[in-house]
Parts: sequence; C-alpha cells; structure tokens
Amino acid sequence: MIPAPGDFVLLLPEIFVLSMACVILVVDLYLSDDERVISYWLAQLTLLFAAVITLSVGDGQSQLAFYGTYIADPMATTLKVAIYLVTALAFLYARHYLSERKLFKGEYYVLGLFAMLGMMVLVSAHSLLTVYLGLELLSLSLYAMVAFNRDAYPCTEAAMKYFVLGALASGMLLYGMSMLYGLTGTLDIELIAQSLGRQTATGPMIFTATFIVVGLAFKLGAVPFHMWVPDVYQGAPTPVTLFIGSASKIAAFAMVMRLLAESIGALQPAWEGMLVALALLSLAIGNVVAIAQTNLKRMLAYSTISHVGFLLLGILSGTQAGYAASMFYIITYALMSAGAFGMIILLSRAGFEADEIDDFKGLNQRNSWYALLMLILMFSMAGVPPTVGFYAKLAVLQAVVGVDMVWLAAAAVLFSVIGAFYYIRLVKVMYFDQAEDTTPLAEHFDLRFGLSANGLAILLLGLFPGSLMNLCLQVMAG
Amino acid sequence: MSFERLVFYTFAAILVYAATRVITVRNPVHAALHLVLAFFTCAGLWLLLEAEFLAITLVLVYVGAVMVLFLFVVMMLDINLASLKAGFVRYLPVGATVAALMLLEMILVLKSKGFDAASMPPPVRHAADYSNTRELGSVLYTDYVYPFEIAAVILVVAIIAAIALTLRKRGESKMQNPAEQVKVRREDRVRLVKMAAETRKPAESED
Repeated sequence: MIPAPGDFVLLLPEIFVLSMACVILVVDLYLSDDERVISYWLAQLTLLFAAVITLSVGDGQSQLAFYGTYIADPMATTLKVAIYLVTALAFLYARHYLSERKLFKGEYYVLGLFAMLGMMVLVSAHSLLTVYLGLELLSLSLYAMVAFNRDAYPCTEAAMKYFVLGALASGMLLYGMSMLYGLTGTLDIELIAQSLGRQTATGPMIFTATFIVVGLAFKLGAVPFHMWVPDVYQGAPTPVTLFIGSASKIAAFAMVMRLLAESIGALQPAWEGMLVALALLSLAIGNVVAIAQTNLKRMLAYSTISHVGFLLLGILSGTQAGYAASMFYIITYALMSAGAFGMIILLSRAGFEADEIDDFKGLNQRNSWYALLMLILMFSMAGVPPTVGFYAKLAVLQAVVGVDMVWLAAAAVLFSVIGAFYYIRLVKVMYFDQAEDTTPLAEHFDLRFGLSANGLAILLLGLFPGSLMNLCLQVMAG
Repeated sequence: MSFERLVFYTFAAILVYAATRVITVRNPVHAALHLVLAFFTCAGLWLLLEAEFLAITLVLVYVGAVMVLFLFVVMMLDINLASLKAGFVRYLPVGATVAALMLLEMILVLKSKGFDAASMPPPVRHAADYSNTRELGSVLYTDYVYPFEIAAVILVVAIIAAIALTLRKRGESKMQNPAEQVKVRREDRVRLVKMAAETRKPAESED
C-alpha cells in the first residue's frame, strides 16, 4: 500500500524546498568565501520556484494527501506564498549584515530554508502529529539561528532561553494533544472536529483546550506567556529577529487556525474566554511596557506582543470574518515587522547595531527618504490611516463588534491609543532631534531597493486593501 | 491482589524510588545509574501496557546507547557539585508551594466526574498472538509516512545545527595533519651545523 501519485504532486513545494536545502548544504561545502554569495542566490531562487510550484499546484480545492496527514487548501497556498515573500525579504536584509560581520555562512540560509520548511509543514498540517513535527522542525532551526553568532554572549543566552521555554511550550501542547487523542481516538483534525461536534463540552475537553491554548500562547508570545519574547528579540542577531518576528508569526497563525478553529472549533465557547483574557493582557502589557523601552528591538518585541493581542481578538470571535481579519492582520504585520527590522539593519554596520532608539536621532537629516519609510512603518504599526495597519486593526475590530463584544473592541482601541505613543516617539526622534551620528547609510543597492519596496507596499496595501482582504475572505469561506 | 497488580506496584515503587534518587544523590554517576534503573523499570511498565516494541526500544536505545554516552559525558566533565546545590534551600519553600498547588489542582480536575472510570473505560485486551511490532510496522511506512519523513528531516536539522554551532577552528586545539606528516623531508627536521670542537676546561668540571 503506497500513497497515490497525486499525493506527491500536492507535496511538491515541500519536496522541492527540502531538496534545494540539501543541495545548498552540499554546494556550499565547495565554495570559497568569495563565492559564498552563490548559496544566497540559490536560496532566493528556491523561494521563487517554490512560489511558482505552490501556485501551480494549488487549484483552489481542498485536497487531502498521505492518509489525511497533509492538506492542500486555499489557506495553505496563500499563507505559503506570504511566507516565501517574507522569507525572501529576511534573506535579502540578512545578506550584507552577515557578510559585514564575517557570519556569512551557507548554514544560515540552509537553516532558514529548513525553518521555512517547518512553517510549510505547519501551514499544511491536517493531523496533530504533523502540526507537532512541523512546529519542532521550525523551532529547532530557529534555536540554531538565534545562537548563530555563538561567540556573542547575548546570542547564546537568548538561544538558551528560547530553547528551554520553547521545549516547555511544546510539552504543554503535546500534553493537550495527547488528551485530545485520548478523547477522540484520532489524530486527524477533521475527524477530531466531527467527533467533538457530537458531544457537549465536558470537563476533560476544557482541560484539553486549556493545555492547547497555553501551548499556543507560549509559541505566539501572548501575555502571560511572553517572557521569552523581549530577551530573544534583543539577544538574537537582527536578521534572525526579523525572521522570527515576521515569517514565523504567519506559521503561528496557521497553527492556531488548524488547532483551535479547525480541530476544536466545537469548543469555541470554552476557549473564547481564555483568548479574551490572553488578548486583553497582551494588549495591555505589550503597549504599556513598550513605552519604557530604550532599545528599539526590545520595544518592537513588546509591540509584537500587543499585535498578537489583536491577532487573538480576530480568532476569538470564531466567525469567518474574524478569521479572515486575523489572516489579513498577520500577513500585513509580517511585512511591517520585516520592514522595521530591515531599517535597523540598514542603519547598522560592523561593530554598531543601531538597535537603540537614540541611534535613530535625526534620521531625517541623514536621509529623508528612509526616515519617511520608517515613518510609514511606525504609523502602520500604530494604526494610522492611510497605512495598512489602520485597515488591519479596523477589520479585526469589526469582527469583534460583529459578535457583540463592543467592550472588548473599545478596550483594544484604548490600548492602541496608548501604544501609539511609543511609535510616534520614534518619529519625533527621527524628525525633531539632532543627528549625533552622521555616518552615511549603507550603500547596498539590493537592501535599499528591498526596503523601499517593503515600505511602499505598506502604504499601497493601506490605500487598496480590497484585493488582499477579498483573498483572505475567500480563503476562509472555501 | 492479582499477579499483574503486584508486578505493577513493584515496578511503580522501584520507578518512583529510582526517579527520586536521580535528583537527590550527590554523585552524578550514581544519578545516571539510577536514571538507567528508572528507564528499565519504565520499560517493564510499558510491557504491562502491551507496548512490547516500545519497551524493548526504550531498553535498547535509552539504556543501551543514550545513557552510556551520558555516563561518558558525566565522567569526562568536571561538574562542580557545590554550585549545583547552591540555593536549593532558598528556593525550596517557593518550589514546594508551587508543586503542592499544581498537585492539588491536578487532583481536583482529575477527580472530577469527567475523568472517572465510567467515562474513561480501560482499553480492550489483545489476544496472546497479537504483535505490537507488526502493527507499528504496518502503519509506520504507510499511514504515517509523511510524519516519519518530517521526523527524519528534524534529525538532519539537528545534525546541521550541532555542527554549525560547534565546528570552528580554535587556536589552542592541537591536531595532527597526516598529509603534512608523510610529506616531511629530512631537511625539514634535521639541520647539520658545522662548528668548532670544544674542549672542557678542567676548572669547570670540578663542580
């Protein structure tokens, strides 16, 4: 009994990425340091072709493969393409950063591709086993990437914290999954949903949902399970922080969708309350504590926590509109986050990380175009129109109001207003403070081009959000 | 008490004893050996659960391979016991309170109606000719081939990560290069020096 040939066709994107990661690993062995850039271009080509393959394989239908452990559906296709795009940005921004610090090694891109493979597995998971294995593949690659600059003490410390807390979170999730298996007798997400749908929620089911929610909250970095986020964001090399803060968040959203919405969707009344608490706490702690930060990476870490709060708001509504709003939110957030960390990379140079808020002083005098791009990114994170951040927040709030939780929407708006302070403070520092450091910005054409495109995309998506929003709605309806 | 129950309680008691000793003995080698005992007893419990294959794998892989490696590491590392024990008493009250609370919460939940014997019946027993290994083998490469392959990829990543993080040239490490060693010529090692013959003075040879 072997899987049908059609199964392998559906799995082509994963097979391609895995093969290319192995090819790059071997090719890189034979390259001298001057030719190392070949590994980089191979990695970028892999992403491009993976996108082409994913789009041509996905036909808008929902298809199962490999005995129900793998699913190819519109949500998987869309999220995968978003992941390729953000990963390509992360690789692009990382290139000069790594080569200036003598960290430019093929393993960085190989581990990045393996992490991305983990995200793809997670996005296409249709069995608790695949969810868990995809998560571990992603996390293991990320732990290694955080520790990549092993001679730097903060990196090693961040990697250690990330590893220990990640293992704890996996344990929680696994415990919830084993309980779920015990209750339903199956690992298949669809069969679990069918089995739970027939019964009323009992004590063990809520017990199960609790563990799954806690595990997910750890991975997302929602309060009160957020302790690792600031330390890891600050300690990791900036390109790795960028990768964790953008692409892996899309995968985390997919994991929440597969586990909460699709498998234990029947228990929505039970996990709704838990998510309300997590979302409110994340919004409150994330926005308030970010005000006190002087390190930009740390501030963006707390900002991530507050954005996770918004993401949870969309999911807890349990409606298709809510899920679509969350999906729109996470894709645009990944772009914003990539852009913001990309700006830190642009300002940094060997021996100078540019990760303090003071390092952005007077950016407008040094280069007004990049100051404008950073302004767009910060306004988008704060949710100021006409940037896409405004529309994303609006869609989530509409979904929350749609399920008659106006008080929750009001609280979210209140905390966003508090949060706007620290984004706008950065804008003030850039435009109204005197530049202390007048070194010209890095000249790399590809880095500058990527950042400009990234910043303009935020603005354009804000002006024309319709097509992406429609796509998200279609995906959730289909 | 049936024989099976007797076996279970004996094994469970040994397991709890061994697990406690792992974290209480002073000597790390003894701790590792107690961990071996814990694994072995656990394998016995799994046999009672009709998971023969997993039980044998536990003994072969963990007791046979992992723990032996672990013992090597423990013996090679110079572990400072005093620093490991430091702060134990200071953290004990907090730790004990948290543990007690968690235990209480677990008891409250697990004692609730949803978890009683009526709603969670014991699984059906299999016949004597039922082969656990055959059942696992028949699904591992068919139903679960995709997760199985991902697990393999995870192992590859573990290898890459371990090598990428540890392989580097260190100044202080002394290594031999056999290729260089066999290429060596006499001229590289021996230098013949012409010098005038020296004669000892009698005064110096006295002392």
